Amino acid sequence: MASGKSRGFGLFFAIVTVAIGVAVAWGFSRGWLPEVASEHGKGVDGVIHYLMWSTGVLFLVGHLALGYFIFKYSKDQAQANAAVSHRTEAKAAIAPVLAMMAVSEIGVLVVGLPVFDEIYGEAPADAITIEVVGKQFEWLVRYAGPDGVFGKVDPKLVHDSRNPLGLDKKDPAAKDDIVKRGVVTIPVDKTCVVNLRSHDVIHSFTVPFFRTKQDTLPGFTARTKFVPTKEGQFELACAELCGLGHYRMQGKVVVMNNEDYEKWLSEQESWL
Amino acid sequence: MQRLSLFSVLLLTVGIVSCGSGDGESQASANDSANNAGGGGGSEPAAEAPKAEAQPWDASKGTASVTGTIKFEGDPPKVRKVDMGSDEHCQEMNAEGVMDEGAIIAADGGLQNVFVYVQKGLSDWTFTAPSETASLSQEGCTYKPHVLGVQVGQTLIIENADAVTHNIHSFGKKNKTFNQTQGKGGADLEVVFKKTEVFIPVKCDIHGWMNTYIGVVDNPFYAISAADGSFDLGKLPAGTYTIAARHEGFGLQKQEITIGDGESKSIAFSFSE
Repeated sequence: MASGKSRGFGLFFAIVTVAIGVAVAWGFSRGWLPEVASEHGKGVDGVIHYLMWSTGVLFLVGHLALGYFIFKYSKDQAQANAAVSHRTEAKAAIAPVLAMMAVSEIGVLVVGLPVFDEIYGEAPADAITIEVVGKQFEWLVRYAGPDGVFGKVDPKLVHDSRNPLGLDKKDPAAKDDIVKRGVVTIPVDKTCVVNLRSHDVIHSFTVPFFRTKQDTLPGFTARTKFVPTKEGQFELACAELCGLGHYRMQGKVVVMNNEDYEKWLSEQESWL
Repeated sequence: MQRLSLFSVLLLTVGIVSCGSGDGESQASANDSANNAGGGGGSEPAAEAPKAEAQPWDASKGTASVTGTIKFEGDPPKVRKVDMGSDEHCQEMNAEGVMDEGAIIAADGGLQNVFVYVQKGLSDWTFTAPSETASLSQEGCTYKPHVLGVQVGQTLIIENADAVTHNIHSFGKKNKTFNQTQGKGGADLEVVFKKTEVFIPVKCDIHGWMNTYIGVVDNPFYAISAADGSFDLGKLPAGTYTIAARHEGFGLQKQEITIGDGESKSIAFSFSE
Protein backbone atom coordinates (compact mmCIF):
# COMPACT_ATOMS: atom_id res chain seq x y z
CA MET A 1 0.00 0.00 0.00
CA ALA A 2 1.18 3.49 -0.76
CA SER A 3 1.50 6.12 1.88
CA GLY A 4 -0.47 9.37 1.62
CA LYS A 5 2.87 11.13 0.98
CA SER A 6 3.74 9.14 -2.19
CA ARG A 7 0.18 9.62 -3.46
CA GLY A 8 0.61 13.38 -3.00
CA PHE A 9 3.96 13.32 -4.86
CA GLY A 10 2.34 11.27 -7.62
CA LEU A 11 -0.41 13.83 -8.07
CA PHE A 12 2.07 16.72 -8.02
CA PHE A 13 4.37 15.21 -10.67
CA ALA A 14 1.39 14.16 -12.79
CA ILE A 15 0.07 17.75 -12.82
CA VAL A 16 3.53 19.25 -13.54
CA THR A 17 4.11 16.80 -16.41
CA VAL A 18 0.75 17.54 -18.03
CA ALA A 19 1.12 21.29 -17.42
CA ILE A 20 4.52 21.36 -19.20
CA GLY A 21 3.05 19.49 -22.15
CA VAL A 22 0.05 21.81 -22.43
CA ALA A 23 2.15 24.97 -22.03
CA VAL A 24 4.68 23.96 -24.70
CA ALA A 25 1.99 22.85 -27.16
CA TRP A 26 0.07 26.10 -26.60
CA GLY A 27 3.20 28.21 -27.00
CA PHE A 28 4.18 26.65 -30.32
CA SER A 29 0.65 26.78 -31.71
CA ARG A 30 0.64 30.59 -31.63
CA GLY A 31 1.25 32.70 -34.74
CA TRP A 32 4.90 33.71 -34.18
CA LEU A 33 6.04 33.64 -37.80
CA PRO A 34 6.61 36.97 -39.57
CA GLU A 35 4.27 38.06 -42.35
CA VAL A 36 4.58 36.07 -45.60
CA ALA A 37 5.68 38.09 -48.62
CA SER A 38 6.28 35.39 -51.25
CA GLU A 39 4.20 32.82 -53.09
CA HIS A 40 6.00 29.74 -51.81
CA GLY A 41 6.12 31.24 -48.30
CA LYS A 42 2.57 30.05 -47.65
CA GLY A 43 3.67 26.51 -48.49
CA VAL A 44 6.67 26.74 -46.14
CA ASP A 45 4.36 27.98 -43.40
CA GLY A 46 2.07 25.02 -44.19
CA VAL A 47 4.99 22.62 -43.63
CA ILE A 48 5.95 24.35 -40.39
CA HIS A 49 2.37 24.35 -39.11
CA TYR A 50 1.85 20.73 -40.13
CA LEU A 51 4.97 19.68 -38.20
CA MET A 52 4.09 21.81 -35.18
CA TRP A 53 0.56 20.46 -34.98
CA SER A 54 1.33 16.80 -35.66
CA THR A 55 4.32 16.60 -33.31
CA GLY A 56 2.53 18.90 -30.84
CA VAL A 57 -0.43 16.53 -30.60
CA LEU A 58 1.88 13.53 -30.18
CA PHE A 59 3.83 15.46 -27.55
CA LEU A 60 0.63 16.32 -25.67
CA VAL A 61 -0.70 12.77 -25.84
CA GLY A 62 2.64 11.50 -24.53
CA HIS A 63 2.56 13.91 -21.61
CA LEU A 64 -1.05 13.10 -20.73
CA ALA A 65 -0.21 9.38 -20.74
CA LEU A 66 2.90 9.98 -18.63
CA GLY A 67 0.91 12.07 -16.11
CA TYR A 68 -1.76 9.41 -15.97
CA PHE A 69 0.76 6.61 -15.29
CA ILE A 70 2.60 8.65 -12.64
CA PHE A 71 -0.64 9.23 -10.79
CA LYS A 72 -2.01 5.71 -11.28
CA TYR A 73 1.08 3.87 -10.10
CA SER A 74 1.87 6.20 -7.22
CA LYS A 75 -0.88 4.28 -5.37
CA ASP A 76 0.90 0.94 -5.30
CA GLN A 77 4.67 0.47 -5.71
CA ALA A 78 4.37 -3.28 -6.19
CA GLN A 79 1.96 -2.88 -9.10
CA ALA A 80 4.26 -0.30 -10.70
CA ASN A 81 7.17 -2.76 -10.73
CA ALA A 82 5.13 -5.62 -12.21
CA ALA A 83 6.46 -6.74 -15.60
CA VAL A 84 4.15 -6.59 -18.60
CA SER A 85 4.10 -9.21 -21.34
CA HIS A 86 6.55 -8.95 -24.24
CA ARG A 87 3.62 -8.54 -26.59
CA THR A 88 2.31 -5.49 -24.70
CA GLU A 89 5.83 -4.02 -24.51
CA ALA A 90 6.35 -4.52 -28.25
CA LYS A 91 3.03 -2.85 -29.04
CA ALA A 92 3.84 0.08 -26.78
CA ALA A 93 7.25 0.50 -28.46
CA ILE A 94 6.12 0.13 -32.07
CA ALA A 95 3.05 2.37 -31.87
CA PRO A 96 4.98 5.66 -31.45
CA VAL A 97 7.50 4.63 -34.14
CA LEU A 98 4.68 4.05 -36.63
CA ALA A 99 3.01 7.29 -35.62
CA MET A 100 6.25 9.27 -36.15
CA MET A 101 6.93 7.55 -39.48
CA ALA A 102 3.44 8.48 -40.67
CA VAL A 103 3.96 12.07 -39.55
CA SER A 104 7.31 12.43 -41.31
CA GLU A 105 6.38 10.64 -44.54
CA ILE A 106 3.15 12.57 -44.94
CA GLY A 107 5.11 15.73 -44.22
CA VAL A 108 7.74 15.00 -46.88
CA LEU A 109 5.60 13.48 -49.63
CA VAL A 110 2.28 15.27 -49.29
CA VAL A 111 3.04 18.63 -47.72
CA GLY A 112 6.72 19.21 -48.53
CA LEU A 113 7.28 18.14 -52.16
CA PRO A 114 5.01 20.73 -53.82
CA VAL A 115 6.80 23.49 -51.86
CA PHE A 116 10.20 22.06 -52.82
CA ASP A 117 9.14 22.28 -56.46
CA GLU A 118 8.14 25.93 -56.00
CA ILE A 119 11.62 26.74 -54.66
CA TYR A 120 13.82 24.58 -56.87
CA GLY A 121 11.64 23.74 -59.90
CA GLU A 122 11.94 25.18 -63.39
CA ALA A 123 11.47 28.94 -63.66
CA PRO A 124 9.00 30.48 -66.14
CA ALA A 125 10.39 32.15 -69.28
CA ASP A 126 9.73 35.68 -68.00
CA ALA A 127 11.64 35.15 -64.75
CA ILE A 128 14.39 37.60 -63.88
CA THR A 129 17.77 36.18 -62.91
CA ILE A 130 20.19 37.88 -60.56
CA GLU A 131 23.42 36.82 -58.93
CA VAL A 132 24.08 37.28 -55.23
CA VAL A 133 27.57 36.78 -53.84
CA GLY A 134 28.29 36.43 -50.13
CA LYS A 135 31.61 37.59 -48.71
CA GLN A 136 32.80 38.39 -45.24
CA PHE A 137 30.66 40.34 -44.34
CA GLU A 138 28.33 41.68 -47.00
CA TRP A 139 26.10 40.68 -49.91
CA LEU A 140 26.95 41.77 -53.45
CA VAL A 141 24.24 41.74 -56.09
CA ARG A 142 24.78 41.54 -59.86
CA TYR A 143 22.36 42.17 -62.73
CA ALA A 144 23.23 41.01 -66.23
CA GLY A 145 22.57 44.41 -67.83
CA PRO A 146 20.91 45.09 -71.21
CA ASP A 147 22.57 42.09 -72.94
CA GLY A 148 20.99 39.69 -70.43
CA VAL A 149 24.29 37.80 -70.08
CA PHE A 150 26.41 37.68 -66.95
CA GLY A 151 30.02 38.46 -67.86
CA LYS A 152 33.06 36.49 -66.75
CA VAL A 153 34.52 37.01 -63.31
CA ASP A 154 38.02 36.21 -62.12
CA PRO A 155 39.01 35.97 -58.44
CA LYS A 156 42.40 37.52 -59.31
CA LEU A 157 40.65 40.73 -60.35
CA VAL A 158 38.72 41.10 -57.11
CA HIS A 159 39.34 44.37 -55.27
CA ASP A 160 37.11 45.34 -52.35
CA SER A 161 36.23 48.79 -53.62
CA ARG A 162 37.29 48.97 -57.29
CA ASN A 163 36.04 45.58 -58.49
CA PRO A 164 34.31 43.65 -55.70
CA LEU A 165 33.17 40.81 -57.95
CA GLY A 166 36.29 40.63 -60.10
CA LEU A 167 34.50 41.45 -63.38
CA ASP A 168 36.72 40.77 -66.38
CA LYS A 169 36.74 43.82 -68.63
CA LYS A 170 38.09 41.71 -71.52
CA ASP A 171 34.73 39.94 -71.70
CA PRO A 172 32.23 42.12 -73.61
CA ALA A 173 29.36 40.54 -71.65
CA ALA A 174 30.82 41.90 -68.40
CA LYS A 175 30.88 45.52 -69.57
CA ASP A 176 27.19 46.19 -68.94
CA ASP A 177 26.87 44.17 -65.72
CA ILE A 178 25.44 46.12 -62.81
CA VAL A 179 26.80 45.53 -59.30
CA LYS A 180 25.09 46.71 -56.11
CA ARG A 181 26.12 46.38 -52.49
CA GLY A 182 23.74 44.90 -49.95
CA VAL A 183 20.46 45.72 -51.69
CA VAL A 184 18.50 43.30 -53.87
CA THR A 185 15.96 45.22 -55.95
CA ILE A 186 13.29 43.12 -57.68
CA PRO A 187 9.76 43.47 -59.11
CA VAL A 188 6.66 42.20 -57.34
CA ASP A 189 4.68 39.19 -58.63
CA LYS A 190 7.48 38.04 -60.91
CA THR A 191 9.65 34.96 -60.47
CA CYS A 192 13.14 35.88 -59.34
CA VAL A 193 15.90 33.30 -59.77
CA VAL A 194 18.90 33.87 -57.54
CA ASN A 195 22.24 32.31 -58.41
CA LEU A 196 24.33 32.28 -55.27
CA ARG A 197 28.09 32.22 -54.91
CA SER A 198 30.52 32.77 -52.05
CA HIS A 199 33.92 34.44 -52.13
CA ASP A 200 35.23 32.94 -48.93
CA VAL A 201 33.31 30.76 -46.47
CA ILE A 202 29.81 29.27 -46.26
CA HIS A 203 27.07 31.89 -46.05
CA SER A 204 23.30 31.48 -46.09
CA PHE A 205 21.08 33.81 -48.12
CA THR A 206 18.07 34.32 -45.88
CA VAL A 207 14.98 36.46 -46.37
CA PRO A 208 12.68 35.60 -43.44
CA PHE A 209 9.63 37.35 -44.92
CA PHE A 210 9.98 35.25 -48.09
CA ARG A 211 10.69 32.06 -46.11
CA THR A 212 13.84 31.78 -48.22
CA LYS A 213 17.02 30.27 -46.85
CA GLN A 214 19.71 28.91 -49.12
CA ASP A 215 23.31 28.09 -48.20
CA THR A 216 26.03 29.23 -50.56
CA LEU A 217 29.41 27.49 -50.66
CA PRO A 218 32.71 28.68 -52.12
CA GLY A 219 33.33 26.96 -55.44
CA PHE A 220 29.68 26.18 -56.16
CA THR A 221 26.75 28.07 -57.61
CA ALA A 222 23.59 27.42 -55.63
CA ARG A 223 20.19 28.41 -56.97
CA THR A 224 16.92 29.38 -55.39
CA LYS A 225 13.83 31.20 -56.61
CA PHE A 226 10.81 33.01 -55.28
CA VAL A 227 7.92 35.22 -56.33
CA PRO A 228 7.56 38.30 -54.09
CA THR A 229 3.92 39.08 -53.43
CA LYS A 230 4.23 42.34 -51.49
CA GLU A 231 5.98 45.61 -52.21
CA GLY A 232 8.26 47.05 -49.56
CA GLN A 233 11.62 46.51 -47.89
CA PHE A 234 12.52 43.20 -46.32
CA GLU A 235 15.49 42.10 -44.28
CA LEU A 236 18.24 40.08 -45.97
CA ALA A 237 20.40 38.21 -43.48
CA CYS A 238 23.13 35.60 -43.34
CA ALA A 239 21.98 32.51 -41.45
CA GLU A 240 25.30 30.67 -41.39
CA LEU A 241 27.86 31.70 -38.78
CA CYS A 242 30.56 32.98 -41.13
CA GLY A 243 33.00 34.82 -38.85
CA LEU A 244 33.24 37.60 -36.30
CA GLY A 245 31.22 40.05 -38.40
CA HIS A 246 28.44 37.54 -39.19
CA TYR A 247 25.89 39.41 -37.09
CA ARG A 248 26.37 42.51 -39.25
CA MET A 249 26.05 40.72 -42.59
CA GLN A 250 22.72 42.31 -43.32
CA GLY A 251 21.18 43.75 -46.43
CA LYS A 252 17.72 44.39 -47.73
CA VAL A 253 15.38 43.23 -50.45
CA VAL A 254 13.44 46.06 -52.05
CA VAL A 255 10.32 44.92 -53.89
CA MET A 256 8.64 47.43 -56.23
CA ASN A 257 6.07 47.31 -59.00
CA ASN A 258 7.27 46.23 -62.41
CA GLU A 259 7.17 49.70 -63.94
CA ASP A 260 9.28 51.20 -61.14
CA TYR A 261 11.66 48.26 -61.34
CA GLU A 262 12.23 48.71 -65.10
CA LYS A 263 12.80 52.43 -64.53
CA TRP A 264 15.20 51.75 -61.66
CA LEU A 265 17.12 49.18 -63.71
CA SER A 266 17.46 51.52 -66.68
CA GLU A 267 18.95 54.20 -64.40
CA GLN A 268 21.68 51.96 -63.00
CA GLU A 269 25.21 52.45 -64.23
CA SER A 270 27.25 49.44 -65.31
CA TRP A 271 30.17 48.66 -63.04
CA LEU A 272 32.98 48.61 -65.59
CA MET B 1 30.45 9.44 -11.51
CA GLN B 2 34.21 10.00 -11.59
CA ARG B 3 34.36 8.39 -15.02
CA LEU B 4 31.58 10.62 -16.20
CA SER B 5 33.41 13.71 -14.93
CA LEU B 6 36.65 12.64 -16.59
CA PHE B 7 34.75 12.03 -19.83
CA SER B 8 33.11 15.46 -19.60
CA VAL B 9 36.48 17.16 -19.09
CA LEU B 10 37.95 15.31 -22.08
CA LEU B 11 34.95 16.25 -24.22
CA LEU B 12 35.23 19.88 -23.17
CA THR B 13 38.95 19.91 -23.94
CA VAL B 14 38.39 18.41 -27.40
CA GLY B 15 35.63 20.98 -27.95
CA ILE B 16 37.84 23.91 -26.97
CA VAL B 17 40.74 22.68 -29.11
CA SER B 18 38.41 22.24 -32.11
CA CYS B 19 36.94 25.69 -31.62
CA GLY B 20 40.44 27.16 -31.42
CA SER B 21 41.63 25.50 -34.60
CA GLY B 22 38.43 26.49 -36.39
CA ASP B 23 39.04 30.10 -35.53
CA GLY B 24 42.57 29.86 -36.84
CA GLU B 25 41.32 28.48 -40.11
CA SER B 26 38.83 31.26 -40.54
CA GLN B 27 41.56 33.80 -39.81
CA ALA B 28 43.77 32.25 -42.46
CA SER B 29 40.91 32.25 -44.92
CA ALA B 30 40.14 35.88 -44.16
CA ASN B 31 43.79 36.75 -44.76
CA ASP B 32 43.79 34.98 -48.10
CA SER B 33 40.62 36.74 -49.09
CA ALA B 34 42.06 40.09 -48.12
CA ASN B 35 45.22 39.47 -50.11
CA ASN B 36 43.11 38.83 -53.18
CA ALA B 37 40.89 41.75 -52.38
CA GLY B 38 43.70 44.09 -51.59
CA GLY B 39 45.12 44.17 -55.08
CA GLY B 40 48.07 46.23 -53.94
CA GLY B 41 48.08 44.39 -50.64
CA GLY B 42 50.72 41.90 -49.69
CA SER B 43 54.09 42.97 -48.46
CA GLU B 44 57.35 43.85 -50.15
CA PRO B 45 60.71 44.07 -48.43
CA ALA B 46 60.40 47.64 -47.17
CA ALA B 47 64.03 48.32 -46.31
CA GLU B 48 67.31 46.59 -45.66
CA ALA B 49 68.65 46.08 -42.13
CA PRO B 50 71.08 48.71 -40.79
CA LYS B 51 74.78 47.82 -40.81
CA ALA B 52 76.49 46.86 -37.58
CA GLU B 53 78.41 50.14 -37.58
CA ALA B 54 75.30 52.21 -38.40
CA GLN B 55 75.01 55.54 -36.60
CA PRO B 56 71.90 57.20 -35.17
CA TRP B 57 70.42 59.49 -37.82
CA ASP B 58 71.75 63.04 -37.79
CA ALA B 59 69.27 65.39 -39.51
CA SER B 60 72.06 67.88 -40.34
CA LYS B 61 73.44 65.32 -42.85
CA GLY B 62 70.25 65.52 -44.88
CA THR B 63 71.12 68.00 -47.64
CA ALA B 64 69.91 66.31 -50.82
CA SER B 65 66.35 66.67 -52.06
CA VAL B 66 64.41 63.96 -53.84
CA THR B 67 61.10 64.94 -55.35
CA GLY B 68 59.13 63.58 -58.26
CA THR B 69 55.88 62.93 -60.01
CA ILE B 70 53.78 59.89 -60.63
CA LYS B 71 51.70 59.51 -63.76
CA PHE B 72 49.17 57.03 -64.97
CA GLU B 73 49.56 55.99 -68.62
CA GLY B 74 46.72 54.68 -70.74
CA ASP B 75 42.96 54.87 -70.43
CA PRO B 76 42.15 55.75 -66.85
CA PRO B 77 39.88 53.27 -65.08
CA LYS B 78 36.30 54.33 -64.42
CA VAL B 79 35.87 56.24 -61.19
CA ARG B 80 32.48 55.68 -59.59
CA LYS B 81 30.57 56.83 -56.58
CA VAL B 82 30.88 54.50 -53.63
CA ASP B 83 27.73 52.40 -53.26
CA MET B 84 26.76 52.66 -49.59
CA GLY B 85 23.32 51.15 -50.18
CA SER B 86 23.74 48.51 -47.49
CA ASP B 87 23.85 51.11 -44.68
CA GLU B 88 21.33 53.93 -44.80
CA HIS B 89 23.14 55.85 -42.04
CA CYS B 90 26.28 55.98 -44.19
CA GLN B 91 24.15 57.08 -47.14
CA GLU B 92 22.63 59.88 -45.08
CA MET B 93 26.09 61.09 -44.06
CA ASN B 94 27.06 61.34 -47.73
CA ALA B 95 24.00 62.74 -49.43
CA GLU B 96 26.13 64.09 -52.28
CA GLY B 97 27.96 60.80 -52.68
CA VAL B 98 31.62 59.96 -52.25
CA MET B 99 33.93 59.02 -55.11
CA ASP B 100 35.98 55.84 -54.83
CA GLU B 101 39.60 56.63 -53.92
CA GLY B 102 41.06 53.45 -55.42
CA ALA B 103 42.45 55.27 -58.47
CA ILE B 104 42.41 59.06 -58.39
CA ILE B 105 43.93 60.33 -61.61
CA ALA B 106 44.25 64.03 -62.51
CA ALA B 107 43.45 65.35 -65.99
CA ASP B 108 47.16 65.36 -66.89
CA GLY B 109 47.61 61.80 -65.60
CA GLY B 110 48.95 62.64 -62.11
CA LEU B 111 48.28 59.67 -59.85
CA GLN B 112 47.29 60.30 -56.23
CA ASN B 113 47.72 58.05 -53.20
CA VAL B 114 50.94 56.32 -54.25
CA PHE B 115 53.18 55.46 -51.31
CA VAL B 116 56.76 56.41 -52.17
CA TYR B 117 59.62 55.44 -49.88
CA VAL B 118 63.34 54.74 -49.68
CA GLN B 119 63.65 51.00 -49.82
CA LYS B 120 67.45 50.67 -49.86
CA GLY B 121 70.45 52.91 -49.21
CA LEU B 122 70.03 54.00 -45.61
CA SER B 123 71.79 51.10 -43.88
CA ASP B 124 74.46 53.45 -42.51
CA TRP B 125 71.86 54.98 -40.23
CA THR B 126 69.47 53.92 -37.53
CA PHE B 127 66.23 55.79 -36.99
CA THR B 128 64.11 56.15 -33.91
CA ALA B 129 60.34 56.31 -34.06
CA PRO B 130 58.93 59.85 -33.93
CA SER B 131 57.15 60.83 -30.74
CA GLU B 132 54.26 62.37 -32.73
CA THR B 133 51.41 59.96 -33.29
CA ALA B 134 49.96 59.16 -36.69
CA SER B 135 46.20 59.13 -37.04
CA LEU B 136 43.59 57.28 -39.01
CA SER B 137 39.97 58.32 -38.77
CA GLN B 138 36.72 56.66 -39.79
CA GLU B 139 34.61 59.55 -41.01
CA GLY B 140 31.47 59.44 -43.11
CA CYS B 141 31.99 55.71 -43.55
CA THR B 142 35.34 56.25 -45.26
CA TYR B 143 38.89 56.09 -44.00
CA LYS B 144 40.80 59.34 -43.79
CA PRO B 145 43.44 59.20 -45.13
CA HIS B 146 43.04 56.53 -47.77
CA VAL B 147 46.77 55.76 -47.78
CA LEU B 148 48.88 56.27 -44.71
CA GLY B 149 52.57 56.01 -43.82
CA VAL B 150 54.00 55.33 -40.38
CA GLN B 151 57.40 54.47 -39.00
CA VAL B 152 58.21 51.29 -37.14
CA GLY B 153 57.50 51.93 -33.45
CA GLN B 154 55.36 55.00 -34.09
CA THR B 155 51.95 55.02 -32.42
CA LEU B 156 48.97 55.07 -34.73
CA ILE B 157 45.71 56.35 -33.23
CA ILE B 158 42.56 55.04 -34.89
CA GLU B 159 39.33 56.86 -34.10
CA ASN B 160 35.70 56.38 -35.04
CA ALA B 161 34.22 59.84 -35.67
CA ASP B 162 30.97 58.36 -37.01
CA ALA B 163 27.69 57.71 -35.27
CA VAL B 164 27.73 54.17 -36.65
CA THR B 165 29.71 51.12 -35.62
CA HIS B 166 32.79 50.16 -37.63
CA ASN B 167 35.04 47.14 -37.39
CA ILE B 168 38.61 47.86 -38.32
CA HIS B 169 40.51 44.81 -39.51
CA SER B 170 44.14 44.72 -40.64
CA PHE B 171 45.64 42.03 -42.86
CA GLY B 172 49.36 42.46 -42.38
CA LYS B 173 51.59 39.48 -43.01
CA LYS B 174 54.60 40.50 -40.93
CA ASN B 175 52.90 42.61 -38.28
CA LYS B 176 50.33 41.35 -35.82
CA THR B 177 46.85 41.81 -37.21
CA PHE B 178 44.09 43.63 -35.35
CA ASN B 179 40.34 43.16 -35.67
CA GLN B 180 38.45 45.57 -33.49
CA THR B 181 34.88 46.81 -33.35
CA GLN B 182 34.54 50.53 -32.61
CA GLY B 183 31.06 51.72 -31.76
CA LYS B 184 29.75 55.27 -31.77
CA GLY B 185 31.93 57.28 -29.40
CA GLY B 186 34.06 54.20 -28.73
CA ALA B 187 37.56 54.50 -27.33
CA ASP B 188 40.38 55.21 -29.78
CA LEU B 189 42.53 52.29 -30.76
CA GLU B 190 46.32 52.58 -30.40
CA VAL B 191 48.48 50.46 -32.66
CA VAL B 192 52.24 50.17 -32.97
CA PHE B 193 53.77 48.26 -35.87
CA LYS B 194 57.00 46.46 -35.11
CA LYS B 195 58.13 45.48 -38.60
CA THR B 196 58.49 47.18 -41.97
CA GLU B 197 55.68 46.23 -44.32
CA VAL B 198 54.31 47.93 -47.43
CA PHE B 199 51.31 47.61 -47.62
CA ILE B 200 49.19 46.47 -44.72
CA PRO B 201 45.65 46.40 -46.17
CA VAL B 202 43.02 47.50 -43.65
CA LYS B 203 39.28 47.24 -44.12
CA CYS B 204 36.01 47.56 -42.31
CA ASP B 205 34.24 44.24 -41.85
CA ILE B 206 30.88 45.99 -41.69
CA HIS B 207 31.17 48.31 -44.68
CA GLY B 208 32.81 46.44 -47.54
CA TRP B 209 33.74 49.56 -49.50
CA MET B 210 35.89 50.96 -46.68
CA ASN B 211 39.57 50.22 -47.12
CA THR B 212 42.87 51.89 -46.45
CA TYR B 213 46.50 50.94 -46.91
CA ILE B 214 49.26 51.48 -44.39
CA GLY B 215 52.91 51.62 -45.37
CA VAL B 216 55.24 50.85 -42.47
CA VAL B 217 58.87 51.84 -43.00
CA ASP B 218 61.87 52.22 -40.72
CA ASN B 219 62.94 55.70 -41.86
CA PRO B 220 61.25 59.08 -42.18
CA PHE B 221 61.84 59.37 -45.96
CA TYR B 222 58.45 58.48 -47.35
CA ALA B 223 55.60 60.41 -48.95
CA ILE B 224 52.16 59.89 -50.40
CA SER B 225 51.62 61.41 -53.82
CA ALA B 226 49.36 64.46 -53.90
CA ALA B 227 46.38 65.11 -56.21
CA ASP B 228 48.74 66.16 -59.04
CA GLY B 229 50.93 63.07 -58.54
CA SER B 230 53.81 64.99 -56.95
CA PHE B 231 55.78 63.82 -53.94
CA ASP B 232 58.67 65.04 -51.81
CA LEU B 233 60.80 62.58 -49.83
CA GLY B 234 62.49 65.31 -47.79
CA LYS B 235 66.19 65.84 -47.14
CA LEU B 236 68.33 62.75 -47.60
CA PRO B 237 72.06 62.31 -47.06
CA ALA B 238 74.23 61.87 -50.16
CA GLY B 239 74.17 58.30 -51.43
CA THR B 240 72.69 55.72 -53.76
CA TYR B 241 69.12 54.74 -53.06
CA THR B 242 66.39 52.45 -54.29
CA ILE B 243 63.19 54.47 -54.33
CA ALA B 244 60.02 52.37 -54.39
CA ALA B 245 56.52 53.53 -55.29
CA ARG B 246 53.52 51.38 -54.50
CA HIS B 247 49.91 51.86 -55.54
CA GLU B 248 47.16 49.72 -54.05
CA GLY B 249 45.88 48.59 -57.44
CA PHE B 250 48.69 49.20 -59.92
CA GLY B 251 51.51 47.49 -58.05
CA LEU B 252 55.11 48.33 -57.19
CA GLN B 253 57.86 50.15 -59.10
CA LYS B 254 61.45 50.87 -58.16
CA GLN B 255 64.16 53.22 -59.34
CA GLU B 256 67.76 53.58 -58.31
CA ILE B 257 69.22 57.07 -57.90
CA THR B 258 72.54 58.48 -56.80
CA ILE B 259 72.57 61.93 -55.29
CA GLY B 260 75.30 64.13 -53.83
CA ASP B 261 75.28 66.59 -50.95
CA GLY B 262 73.19 69.69 -51.66
CA GLU B 263 71.83 68.26 -54.92
CA SER B 264 68.17 68.08 -55.91
CA LYS B 265 66.81 65.31 -58.06
CA SER B 266 63.42 64.75 -59.53
CA ILE B 267 62.30 61.28 -60.52
CA ALA B 268 59.23 60.11 -62.41
CA PHE B 269 57.21 56.93 -62.06
CA SER B 270 54.68 55.74 -64.56
CA PHE B 271 51.90 53.25 -63.75
CA SER B 272 49.37 51.55 -65.95
CA GLU B 273 46.68 48.89 -65.56
